[in-house]
Amino acid sequence: MSLWIWLLIACALAYAWKLVGYLVPAKLLEDPRMSRVAGTMTIGLLASLTVVNTVATGQSLAADARLGALAAAAIALALRAPFLLVVVLGAGTAAVLRMLGWN
Amino acid sequence: MKLLQSPAVRVGLSISVATGLYGVSFGALSVTSGLDFWQTMALSLLLFSGGSQFAFIGVVGGGGSGIAAMSAATLLGMRNGIYGMQLNALLHPTGWRKYVAAQVTIDESTATSTGQTDPAEQRRGFWAAGIGIYVLWNLFTAVGALAGSGLGDPKQWGLDGAAVAAFLALLWPRLKGREPVAIAVVCAVATVVAVPFVPAGVPILVAAVVAAVIGWYSHGRSDEGLEPDVEPYREHHRGGDHHGPDGYGPDHHGDGRRHGHGVTGADT
Repeated sequence: MSLWIWLLIACALAYAWKLVGYLVPAKLLEDPRMSRVAGTMTIGLLASLTVVNTVATGQSLAADARLGALAAAAIALALRAPFLLVVVLGAGTAAVLRMLGWN
Repeated sequence: MKLLQSPAVRVGLSISVATGLYGVSFGALSVTSGLDFWQTMALSLLLFSGGSQFAFIGVVGGGGSGIAAMSAATLLGMRNGIYGMQLNALLHPTGWRKYVAAQVTIDESTATSTGQTDPAEQRRGFWAAGIGIYVLWNLFTAVGALAGSGLGDPKQWGLDGAAVAAFLALLWPRLKGREPVAIAVVCAVATVVAVPFVPAGVPILVAAVVAAVIGWYSHGRSDEGLEPDVEPYREHHRGGDHHGPDGYGPDHHGDGRRHGHGVTGADT
Protein backbone atom coordinates (compact mmCIF):
# COMPACT_ATOMS: atom_id res chain seq x y z
CA MET A 1 0.00 0.00 0.00
CA SER A 2 2.75 2.47 0.87
CA LEU A 3 4.24 1.86 -2.59
CA TRP A 4 1.02 3.30 -4.04
CA ILE A 5 1.51 6.48 -2.02
CA TRP A 6 5.10 7.05 -3.20
CA LEU A 7 4.07 6.14 -6.73
CA LEU A 8 1.30 8.76 -6.77
CA ILE A 9 3.61 11.36 -5.23
CA ALA A 10 6.12 10.60 -8.01
CA CYS A 11 3.35 11.09 -10.58
CA ALA A 12 2.29 14.41 -9.03
CA LEU A 13 5.89 15.70 -8.89
CA ALA A 14 6.56 14.60 -12.48
CA TYR A 15 3.57 16.65 -13.63
CA ALA A 16 4.66 19.55 -11.44
CA TRP A 17 8.08 19.62 -13.15
CA LYS A 18 6.44 19.63 -16.57
CA LEU A 19 3.94 22.34 -15.65
CA VAL A 20 6.47 24.59 -13.95
CA GLY A 21 8.11 25.29 -17.32
CA TYR A 22 4.79 26.57 -18.70
CA LEU A 23 3.77 28.63 -15.68
CA VAL A 24 6.95 30.12 -14.26
CA PRO A 25 8.22 33.24 -16.08
CA ALA A 26 11.02 32.27 -18.45
CA LYS A 27 13.41 34.68 -16.75
CA LEU A 28 13.52 32.54 -13.62
CA LEU A 29 14.57 29.47 -15.57
CA GLU A 30 16.85 31.21 -18.04
CA ASP A 31 19.93 30.48 -15.96
CA PRO A 32 21.87 28.05 -18.20
CA ARG A 33 23.02 26.34 -15.02
CA MET A 34 19.52 24.96 -14.50
CA SER A 35 19.49 23.15 -17.83
CA ARG A 36 23.11 22.06 -17.26
CA VAL A 37 22.16 20.47 -13.95
CA ALA A 38 19.03 18.88 -15.47
CA GLY A 39 21.20 17.41 -18.22
CA THR A 40 24.15 16.18 -16.16
CA MET A 41 21.74 14.70 -13.61
CA THR A 42 19.97 12.79 -16.37
CA ILE A 43 23.31 11.32 -17.47
CA GLY A 44 24.40 10.57 -13.90
CA LEU A 45 21.13 8.93 -12.88
CA LEU A 46 20.93 6.74 -15.99
CA ALA A 47 24.59 5.69 -15.60
CA SER A 48 23.95 4.88 -11.96
CA LEU A 49 20.77 2.92 -12.71
CA THR A 50 22.63 0.95 -15.37
CA VAL A 51 25.38 0.02 -12.90
CA VAL A 52 23.05 -0.78 -10.01
CA ASN A 53 20.96 -3.08 -12.18
CA THR A 54 24.12 -4.77 -13.46
CA VAL A 55 26.18 -5.44 -10.33
CA ALA A 56 24.10 -4.75 -7.22
CA THR A 57 21.95 -7.25 -5.36
CA GLY A 58 20.59 -5.34 -2.40
CA GLN A 59 23.68 -4.03 -0.63
CA SER A 60 26.15 -6.50 -2.10
CA LEU A 61 28.03 -6.48 -5.38
CA ALA A 62 27.98 -9.46 -7.70
CA ALA A 63 29.40 -10.37 -11.09
CA ASP A 64 26.80 -12.54 -12.79
CA ALA A 65 24.94 -13.06 -16.08
CA ARG A 66 23.81 -9.42 -16.02
CA LEU A 67 27.37 -8.39 -17.01
CA GLY A 68 26.87 -10.38 -20.19
CA ALA A 69 23.60 -8.53 -20.80
CA LEU A 70 25.43 -5.20 -20.40
CA ALA A 71 28.10 -6.22 -22.93
CA ALA A 72 25.51 -7.47 -25.43
CA ALA A 73 23.50 -4.25 -25.09
CA ALA A 74 26.61 -2.10 -25.59
CA ILE A 75 27.52 -3.97 -28.78
CA ALA A 76 23.94 -3.71 -30.10
CA LEU A 77 23.84 0.02 -29.34
CA ALA A 78 27.20 0.59 -31.00
CA LEU A 79 25.71 -1.08 -34.09
CA ARG A 80 22.74 1.31 -33.76
CA ALA A 81 20.12 -1.32 -33.04
CA PRO A 82 16.68 0.04 -32.07
CA PHE A 83 15.68 0.20 -28.39
CA LEU A 84 13.46 -2.86 -28.31
CA LEU A 85 16.03 -5.08 -30.01
CA VAL A 86 18.67 -3.95 -27.48
CA VAL A 87 16.36 -4.91 -24.61
CA VAL A 88 15.53 -8.31 -26.12
CA LEU A 89 19.24 -9.04 -26.71
CA GLY A 90 20.00 -8.08 -23.10
CA ALA A 91 17.36 -10.50 -21.82
CA GLY A 92 18.40 -13.26 -24.21
CA THR A 93 22.07 -12.99 -23.26
CA ALA A 94 21.34 -13.14 -19.53
CA ALA A 95 18.98 -16.10 -20.01
CA VAL A 96 21.46 -18.05 -22.16
CA LEU A 97 24.39 -17.38 -19.80
CA ARG A 98 22.23 -18.62 -16.91
CA MET A 99 21.31 -21.74 -18.84
CA LEU A 100 25.05 -22.34 -19.34
CA GLY A 101 25.49 -22.19 -15.58
CA TRP A 102 26.72 -18.64 -14.93
CA ASN A 103 24.12 -17.88 -12.25
CA MET B 1 -5.95 13.83 -45.06
CA LYS B 2 -4.27 17.17 -45.28
CA LEU B 3 -2.75 16.76 -41.83
CA LEU B 4 -0.77 13.72 -42.93
CA GLN B 5 1.00 15.86 -45.53
CA SER B 6 2.61 17.85 -42.75
CA PRO B 7 6.24 16.71 -42.39
CA ALA B 8 6.14 17.36 -38.64
CA VAL B 9 3.04 15.20 -38.23
CA ARG B 10 4.65 12.38 -40.18
CA VAL B 11 7.80 12.57 -38.05
CA GLY B 12 5.62 12.76 -34.95
CA LEU B 13 3.68 9.64 -35.90
CA SER B 14 6.73 7.55 -36.74
CA ILE B 15 8.41 8.54 -33.48
CA SER B 16 5.16 7.59 -31.74
CA VAL B 17 5.35 4.07 -33.11
CA ALA B 18 9.05 3.67 -32.31
CA THR B 19 8.70 5.01 -28.76
CA GLY B 20 5.28 3.49 -28.06
CA LEU B 21 6.55 0.02 -28.92
CA TYR B 22 9.11 -0.01 -26.17
CA GLY B 23 6.31 0.50 -23.72
CA VAL B 24 6.11 -3.30 -24.00
CA SER B 25 9.47 -3.63 -22.28
CA PHE B 26 8.44 -1.15 -19.59
CA GLY B 27 5.19 -3.01 -18.88
CA ALA B 28 6.87 -6.41 -18.69
CA LEU B 29 9.76 -5.20 -16.51
CA SER B 30 7.42 -3.29 -14.22
CA VAL B 31 5.29 -6.29 -13.26
CA THR B 32 8.37 -8.47 -12.84
CA SER B 33 9.88 -5.77 -10.58
CA GLY B 34 7.01 -6.31 -8.16
CA LEU B 35 4.48 -3.68 -9.22
CA ASP B 36 0.97 -4.84 -10.04
CA PHE B 37 -0.90 -4.14 -13.28
CA TRP B 38 -2.59 -0.95 -12.11
CA GLN B 39 0.54 0.46 -10.51
CA THR B 40 2.27 -0.11 -13.84
CA MET B 41 -0.55 1.60 -15.72
CA ALA B 42 -0.62 4.49 -13.25
CA LEU B 43 3.04 5.19 -14.03
CA SER B 44 2.41 5.25 -17.79
CA LEU B 45 -0.86 7.20 -17.58
CA LEU B 46 0.08 9.72 -14.90
CA LEU B 47 3.86 9.95 -14.65
CA PHE B 48 4.41 9.46 -18.40
CA SER B 49 8.14 9.97 -18.81
CA GLY B 50 10.07 6.90 -19.92
CA GLY B 51 13.32 7.47 -18.02
CA SER B 52 11.55 8.31 -14.75
CA GLN B 53 9.24 5.31 -15.08
CA PHE B 54 12.16 2.93 -15.64
CA ALA B 55 13.97 4.59 -12.72
CA PHE B 56 11.01 4.01 -10.40
CA ILE B 57 10.69 0.31 -11.21
CA GLY B 58 14.50 -0.10 -11.32
CA VAL B 59 14.82 1.09 -7.72
CA VAL B 60 11.85 -1.00 -6.53
CA GLY B 61 13.14 -4.06 -8.40
CA GLY B 62 16.55 -3.63 -6.78
CA GLY B 63 14.99 -3.74 -3.31
CA GLY B 64 14.93 0.02 -2.77
CA SER B 65 12.25 1.84 -0.79
CA GLY B 66 9.28 3.67 -2.24
CA ILE B 67 10.73 7.01 -1.23
CA ALA B 68 14.04 6.26 -2.97
CA ALA B 69 12.14 5.22 -6.11
CA MET B 70 10.08 8.42 -5.98
CA SER B 71 13.22 10.53 -5.51
CA ALA B 72 15.10 8.96 -8.42
CA ALA B 73 12.07 9.36 -10.72
CA THR B 74 11.56 12.97 -9.65
CA LEU B 75 15.20 14.00 -10.12
CA LEU B 76 15.18 12.40 -13.56
CA GLY B 77 12.05 14.40 -14.40
CA MET B 78 13.70 17.77 -13.89
CA ARG B 79 14.62 18.07 -17.56
CA ASN B 80 10.94 18.06 -18.48
CA GLY B 81 10.69 21.42 -16.71
CA ILE B 82 13.38 22.78 -19.02
CA TYR B 83 11.48 21.36 -22.01
CA GLY B 84 8.28 22.97 -20.75
CA MET B 85 9.98 26.34 -20.66
CA GLN B 86 11.31 25.91 -24.21
CA LEU B 87 7.95 24.75 -25.55
CA ASN B 88 6.06 27.52 -23.79
CA ALA B 89 8.26 30.08 -25.52
CA LEU B 90 7.83 28.25 -28.84
CA LEU B 91 4.15 27.32 -28.90
CA HIS B 92 2.48 29.69 -26.40
CA PRO B 93 -0.31 27.28 -25.47
CA THR B 94 -3.21 29.01 -23.73
CA GLY B 95 -5.95 27.98 -21.31
CA TRP B 96 -6.54 24.26 -20.86
CA ARG B 97 -4.12 23.43 -23.67
CA LYS B 98 -1.27 24.48 -21.41
CA TYR B 99 -2.22 21.79 -18.88
CA VAL B 100 -2.59 19.08 -21.51
CA ALA B 101 0.65 20.15 -23.23
CA ALA B 102 2.47 19.82 -19.89
CA GLN B 103 1.48 16.16 -19.52
CA VAL B 104 2.84 15.22 -22.97
CA THR B 105 6.04 17.27 -22.55
CA ILE B 106 8.79 14.67 -22.84
CA ASP B 107 12.10 14.17 -24.67
CA GLU B 108 10.56 13.02 -27.95
CA SER B 109 7.71 15.54 -28.31
CA THR B 110 10.15 18.35 -27.51
CA ALA B 111 12.71 17.09 -30.04
CA THR B 112 10.06 16.67 -32.74
CA SER B 113 8.82 20.22 -32.20
CA THR B 114 12.15 22.00 -31.88
CA GLY B 115 13.43 20.19 -34.97
CA GLN B 116 11.05 22.29 -37.09
CA THR B 117 11.41 25.99 -37.87
CA ASP B 118 7.93 26.93 -39.08
CA PRO B 119 5.76 27.79 -36.02
CA ALA B 120 2.73 25.91 -37.36
CA GLU B 121 4.87 22.82 -37.97
CA GLN B 122 6.44 23.11 -34.52
CA ARG B 123 2.95 23.04 -33.04
CA ARG B 124 1.78 20.10 -35.18
CA GLY B 125 4.96 18.14 -34.46
CA PHE B 126 4.60 18.60 -30.72
CA TRP B 127 0.98 17.48 -30.58
CA ALA B 128 1.40 14.62 -33.06
CA ALA B 129 4.35 13.18 -31.15
CA GLY B 130 2.98 13.99 -27.68
CA ILE B 131 -0.50 12.52 -28.15
CA GLY B 132 0.69 9.71 -30.42
CA ILE B 133 3.32 8.53 -27.94
CA TYR B 134 0.91 8.91 -25.01
CA VAL B 135 -1.69 6.65 -26.62
CA LEU B 136 0.72 4.00 -27.92
CA TRP B 137 2.97 4.03 -24.84
CA ASN B 138 -0.02 3.27 -22.62
CA LEU B 139 -1.41 0.67 -24.99
CA PHE B 140 1.90 -1.17 -25.19
CA THR B 141 2.54 -0.81 -21.46
CA ALA B 142 -0.71 -2.73 -20.91
CA VAL B 143 0.34 -5.40 -23.43
CA GLY B 144 3.74 -5.77 -21.74
CA ALA B 145 2.26 -5.86 -18.24
CA LEU B 146 -0.22 -8.59 -19.18
CA ALA B 147 2.46 -10.61 -20.96
CA GLY B 148 4.98 -10.10 -18.15
CA SER B 149 2.66 -11.30 -15.41
CA GLY B 150 2.38 -14.69 -17.10
CA LEU B 151 6.12 -15.24 -17.34
CA GLY B 152 6.83 -16.96 -14.03
CA ASP B 153 10.43 -16.62 -12.81
CA PRO B 154 11.70 -13.41 -14.44
CA LYS B 155 15.34 -14.42 -13.98
CA GLN B 156 14.86 -17.51 -16.10
CA TRP B 157 13.89 -15.22 -19.00
CA GLY B 158 16.80 -12.88 -18.33
CA LEU B 159 14.51 -9.98 -17.53
CA ASP B 160 17.05 -8.56 -15.09
CA GLY B 161 19.37 -8.43 -18.12
CA ALA B 162 16.59 -6.64 -20.04
CA ALA B 163 16.53 -3.92 -17.36
CA VAL B 164 20.31 -3.45 -17.66
CA ALA B 165 19.97 -3.15 -21.45
CA ALA B 166 17.06 -0.70 -21.15
CA PHE B 167 18.99 1.67 -18.89
CA LEU B 168 22.07 1.53 -21.11
CA ALA B 169 19.85 2.24 -24.13
CA LEU B 170 18.38 5.28 -22.37
CA LEU B 171 21.85 6.51 -21.47
CA TRP B 172 23.52 5.82 -24.82
CA PRO B 173 22.12 8.67 -26.99
CA ARG B 174 23.24 11.15 -24.30
CA LEU B 175 26.89 10.13 -24.46
CA LYS B 176 27.88 12.47 -27.27
CA GLY B 177 31.43 13.66 -26.70
CA ARG B 178 34.02 13.20 -23.99
CA GLU B 179 32.39 15.14 -21.18
CA PRO B 180 29.10 13.23 -20.86
CA VAL B 181 31.10 9.98 -20.93
CA ALA B 182 33.29 11.30 -18.10
CA ILE B 183 30.20 12.27 -16.08
CA ALA B 184 28.70 8.81 -16.65
CA VAL B 185 31.91 7.08 -15.54
CA VAL B 186 32.29 9.22 -12.41
CA CYS B 187 28.67 8.58 -11.43
CA ALA B 188 28.99 4.86 -12.15
CA VAL B 189 32.05 4.65 -9.88
CA ALA B 190 30.32 6.68 -7.15
CA THR B 191 27.41 4.23 -7.34
CA VAL B 192 29.57 1.11 -7.01
CA VAL B 193 31.45 2.62 -4.06
CA ALA B 194 28.19 3.56 -2.33
CA VAL B 195 26.33 0.25 -2.78
CA PRO B 196 27.77 -1.64 0.25
CA PHE B 197 27.36 1.31 2.62
CA VAL B 198 23.86 2.65 2.09
CA PRO B 199 20.40 1.05 1.65
CA ALA B 200 19.35 -0.12 -1.83
CA GLY B 201 18.19 2.74 -4.01
CA VAL B 202 20.26 5.37 -2.23
CA PRO B 203 23.42 4.88 -4.37
CA ILE B 204 21.40 6.24 -7.29
CA LEU B 205 20.65 9.41 -5.34
CA VAL B 206 24.34 9.73 -4.42
CA ALA B 207 25.15 9.65 -8.13
CA ALA B 208 22.47 12.28 -8.78
CA VAL B 209 24.09 14.63 -6.28
CA VAL B 210 27.54 14.05 -7.82
CA ALA B 211 26.11 14.77 -11.29
CA ALA B 212 24.31 17.91 -10.08
CA VAL B 213 27.51 19.26 -8.51
CA ILE B 214 29.42 18.62 -11.74
CA GLY B 215 26.67 20.38 -13.72
CA TRP B 216 26.61 23.36 -11.39
CA TYR B 217 30.35 24.01 -11.36
CA SER B 218 31.44 22.99 -14.85
CA HIS B 219 30.89 24.88 -18.07
CA GLY B 220 29.91 22.64 -20.94
CA ARG B 221 27.06 22.56 -23.42
CA SER B 222 23.89 23.72 -21.72
CA ASP B 223 21.81 21.09 -23.51
CA GLU B 224 24.03 18.19 -22.55
CA GLY B 225 22.07 15.11 -21.59
CA LEU B 226 18.88 16.53 -23.04
CA GLU B 227 18.79 14.26 -26.05
CA PRO B 228 15.70 12.12 -26.72
CA ASP B 229 15.86 8.34 -26.35
CA VAL B 230 14.51 7.96 -29.86
CA GLU B 231 15.82 10.60 -32.23
CA PRO B 232 13.02 11.95 -34.48
CA TYR B 233 15.31 13.37 -37.15
CA ARG B 234 17.75 10.53 -37.46
CA GLU B 235 19.41 10.39 -40.84
CA HIS B 236 20.09 7.30 -42.87
CA HIS B 237 23.42 8.05 -44.47
CA ARG B 238 26.10 5.60 -43.51
CA GLY B 239 28.67 6.46 -40.91
CA GLY B 240 26.81 9.63 -39.99
CA ASP B 241 27.56 10.09 -36.34
CA HIS B 242 26.03 13.51 -36.24
CA HIS B 243 22.33 13.27 -36.55
CA GLY B 244 19.64 15.25 -34.88
CA PRO B 245 17.86 18.55 -35.29
CA ASP B 246 21.07 20.58 -35.34
CA GLY B 247 22.37 18.77 -38.39
CA TYR B 248 19.53 20.15 -40.47
CA GLY B 249 20.17 23.83 -40.14
CA PRO B 250 21.78 24.47 -43.55
CA ASP B 251 19.36 22.20 -45.41
CA HIS B 252 16.41 24.16 -44.33
CA HIS B 253 14.34 26.03 -46.82
CA GLY B 254 12.25 28.02 -44.44
CA ASP B 255 8.99 26.56 -45.64
CA GLY B 256 8.73 24.18 -42.75
CA ARG B 257 9.46 21.17 -44.91
CA ARG B 258 12.44 18.96 -44.52
CA HIS B 259 13.98 17.05 -47.32
CA GLY B 260 15.02 13.45 -47.26
CA HIS B 261 14.84 12.80 -43.56
CA GLY B 262 13.25 9.43 -44.30
CA VAL B 263 12.34 8.64 -40.75
CA THR B 264 10.80 5.27 -40.22
CA GLY B 265 9.77 3.59 -37.00
CA ALA B 266 12.13 0.67 -37.36
CA ASP B 267 15.31 2.60 -37.79
CA THR B 268 18.54 0.81 -38.53
